[in-house]
Amino acid sequence: VVHSVGGMPSTSLRLPAPRFAITRRVLDNGLRVLLVPDRSTPVVGISVVYDVGIRSEPQGRTGFAHLFEHLMFQGSANLEKMAHARYVQSSGGSFNGSTHFDYTEYHEALPSNALERGLFLEADRMAGPALTEETVQNQIAVVKEEIRVNVLNRPYGGFPWLYLPGVMYETFPNAHNGYGDFIDLEAATIADATSFFTSYYAPANAVLCVAGDFDANAAWTMVERHFGAIPARRTPRRPSFAEQLADGQRQGSVTDQHAPLPALALGFRVPDPAGLPVEYLAHVLLAEILTDGDASRLWRALVHDSGLVTDVSAYLGEFGDPFEERDPVMMTISAFYPEPAARADVIGTVDAELDRIATDGLLDGELDRVRTRFVAALLRGLDATIDRSSALAKFELVHGGADVLTELPRSLTGVRDADITAAARGLLGQSRAVLDLIPEGRS
Amino acid sequence: VTRPVPSFTGVPELAPVRRPRKLDFAERRLASGLSALAVRRTGVPLAEVRLRIPFGSSTRSHPSRAAMLAECLLAGTAERSRVDLAEALQRIGASLAASVDADRLSVAGSGLVTRLPDLLGLLAEVLTGAAFPPPDVARERARLAERLTIARTQPGVVAREALEHRMWGDHPYTRDLAQPEAVRAVSAAQLRALHRDRVVAPGATLVVVASLSCEAALDHVEAALDGWTGPAGSAALPPLPPLTTRPVQLVDRGGSVQSALRLGGTALPRQHPDSPALVLANLIFGGNFSSRWVSNIREDKGYTYSPRSTISHHALGSIFIAAADVATEVTAAALMETTYELSRIATLPVTAEELAAAYHYATGSLALSISTQAGLAATLAQLAAVGLGPQYIADQPARLAAVTTEDVLRVAGDHLAPSHLVTVVVGDAASVAPGLRRLADLDLE
Repeated sequence: VVHSVGGMPSTSLRLPAPRFAITRRVLDNGLRVLLVPDRSTPVVGISVVYDVGIRSEPQGRTGFAHLFEHLMFQGSANLEKMAHARYVQSSGGSFNGSTHFDYTEYHEALPSNALERGLFLEADRMAGPALTEETVQNQIAVVKEEIRVNVLNRPYGGFPWLYLPGVMYETFPNAHNGYGDFIDLEAATIADATSFFTSYYAPANAVLCVAGDFDANAAWTMVERHFGAIPARRTPRRPSFAEQLADGQRQGSVTDQHAPLPALALGFRVPDPAGLPVEYLAHVLLAEILTDGDASRLWRALVHDSGLVTDVSAYLGEFGDPFEERDPVMMTISAFYPEPAARADVIGTVDAELDRIATDGLLDGELDRVRTRFVAALLRGLDATIDRSSALAKFELVHGGADVLTELPRSLTGVRDADITAAARGLLGQSRAVLDLIPEGRS
Repeated sequence: VTRPVPSFTGVPELAPVRRPRKLDFAERRLASGLSALAVRRTGVPLAEVRLRIPFGSSTRSHPSRAAMLAECLLAGTAERSRVDLAEALQRIGASLAASVDADRLSVAGSGLVTRLPDLLGLLAEVLTGAAFPPPDVARERARLAERLTIARTQPGVVAREALEHRMWGDHPYTRDLAQPEAVRAVSAAQLRALHRDRVVAPGATLVVVASLSCEAALDHVEAALDGWTGPAGSAALPPLPPLTTRPVQLVDRGGSVQSALRLGGTALPRQHPDSPALVLANLIFGGNFSSRWVSNIREDKGYTYSPRSTISHHALGSIFIAAADVATEVTAAALMETTYELSRIATLPVTAEELAAAYHYATGSLALSISTQAGLAATLAQLAAVGLGPQYIADQPARLAAVTTEDVLRVAGDHLAPSHLVTVVVGDAASVAPGLRRLADLDLE
């Protein structure tokens, strides 16, 4: 890995940018493939992202994208149930899958001597998972336990990502519960799964990225051998999920049986991320200016000065990753506050701080220091081979090019104070969603 | 799905293993008694720093003061306010965070490698001159007390505390998580005294992993931390009491839709000759997704989402814990299957195939965990705290390879047999007690 040093005169510290040796090819069946060799440690990361997520779920089948992700681990025409896990782990590797609003990701982190085995396993299930009544019923039960442990049986479970979209948006794709209602999950059938697979899991609807310790020529041969044999299928046109923002403040609440203290979340619409324009990146950095640590605006105002809240965070993207969703994207500001009567003051302080940024601008050096740490964290997030392959695959799928990621430090350098103040002004002027968490747990 | 599939040529064999490159490291013991280890690792242009200071104490007031000290370590120094410190860290693309447990105070840092001297300088500033300003201490008291209150509404935290009490009675290890009332009573003066007495260099270990030569990194460490000293000798904790098998303890959490099932017992420290065998026994039982227990209660029965068993190491001993959050209605059935799988591994030999799979998983996951700067720094910091060095990482594959199926049976019999484990269930007592009573004597709390 070679690092170039870029940066503009306005930055006090020159920001390093990642530079990877990326080669890209499209197989005959339409699968987009990125190879990113790096021989420094004997590990490889294999990531496959499919262009389908929570937003593409059929009505009446909330939670289906995630349930289907579980079904991709349940065997294939060639491999029995549990074989995937056994082959990966007995090779010394680890694996996982995750379902997002706009894509579904699968990965294996492996010692490099298991590269071809990992490619085989991903190709094998891209060719077709085994879908049986038994595995569907078993994974419905497992997913219900997942929802119980992550949402129903704990304080603040699913807050705010499960509920805020329903306050903000009107249309089913954007507004519905992405983990799924139990009634919908229990209604899922093999026919649903077959149709979902046929529609969305075609090779041309996916990106494969392989990073780490391999020779690129040898790896191309392996990729071609295992993925090239999968027949091409029609790929669905991804519909636009764009949605007009309704006027006025939109209000919602959720009761929490376990939470001892109230919380609130504000949702603001941000510009279309397509092409990562300066206006979008300004919102990414504005979120950092608001809540990146003890020097940030809202930590100073709400935690240290007034003591109204115990924790506050601002972020883009429902899961806190500003680069994983297509339009529409929200900025969320969530706050946990012990004193119920302080609610209005908490919201008032957020508005006052946005107004201060919009009116008075930023402090000297404020944008530079926030940007410097953001870029350092970005680089740190690319150190693990598997995180690198997943991030590059995601950028290729969502942003149309892995190089958009490597260019990101330079793109962020293009954001000026005026862009941040404009972003803050835009948030103040618009209508927004407000979600309250009503605590019903013991204090 | 019925569709044409590529002709099945079989699952590809593994290529020959490529071992990680030998670590490029250097050690230096400073005059103050601080042991420093630096490793050069190219990759991202960053530096990772891990400091560990022995911090155990059997004083009852200690956990709350220690927790507050960690919360307030970055709340300001003689020269800088909390905000000044935070801004200085942002400017060099760095972060510093302190945490504490029953054994030690840890400070973890990372930042751009070109600014490693500045990062170490800020670390030294809080180690020698953390000021604990009273207004900040008052604020953090309230925040920490709230967080601790929220933590104890989580079934996993309730289960952990119940299990620790079951295992160790009133030992200081069971008081690791501070009590909100005690936190509210901590003063700035107490924090300054604790900082003066215990945040000291003798006995502390510092690990730096950076894309920088080892000697240069150690020179930066010495230059920055030269002034951090302090008296030697730390308070010793009493040994852990021997485990006694007692009835299953049921902690009532009314209305709970799941039961937290926890079984705990003693494990072997890393240096013990049988430690590799126990590592592999744990992996075969429940230490990864393809293990027997996970296959049984998740993938076969659908009782739970993420059951897992682990071995963790502490200054006074190592422990084995099997943890699963299971649907309320299958609580007794899940305990029955758990007991079955534990009994099976403790009485019947594992297969050679299972042993080989566990060996590859253990060596492969070690290689993966040290493939990043942060992972390598974390692993080395854990080892350094118990006097082990990089050589331990290099030797571990051979130690694991030497384990036989007889070894696994022997150590599983000593450590994983249900008769050697303590069991705690946190759940809706009215629903789960009748079923559990059919399996074991029950202590209802």
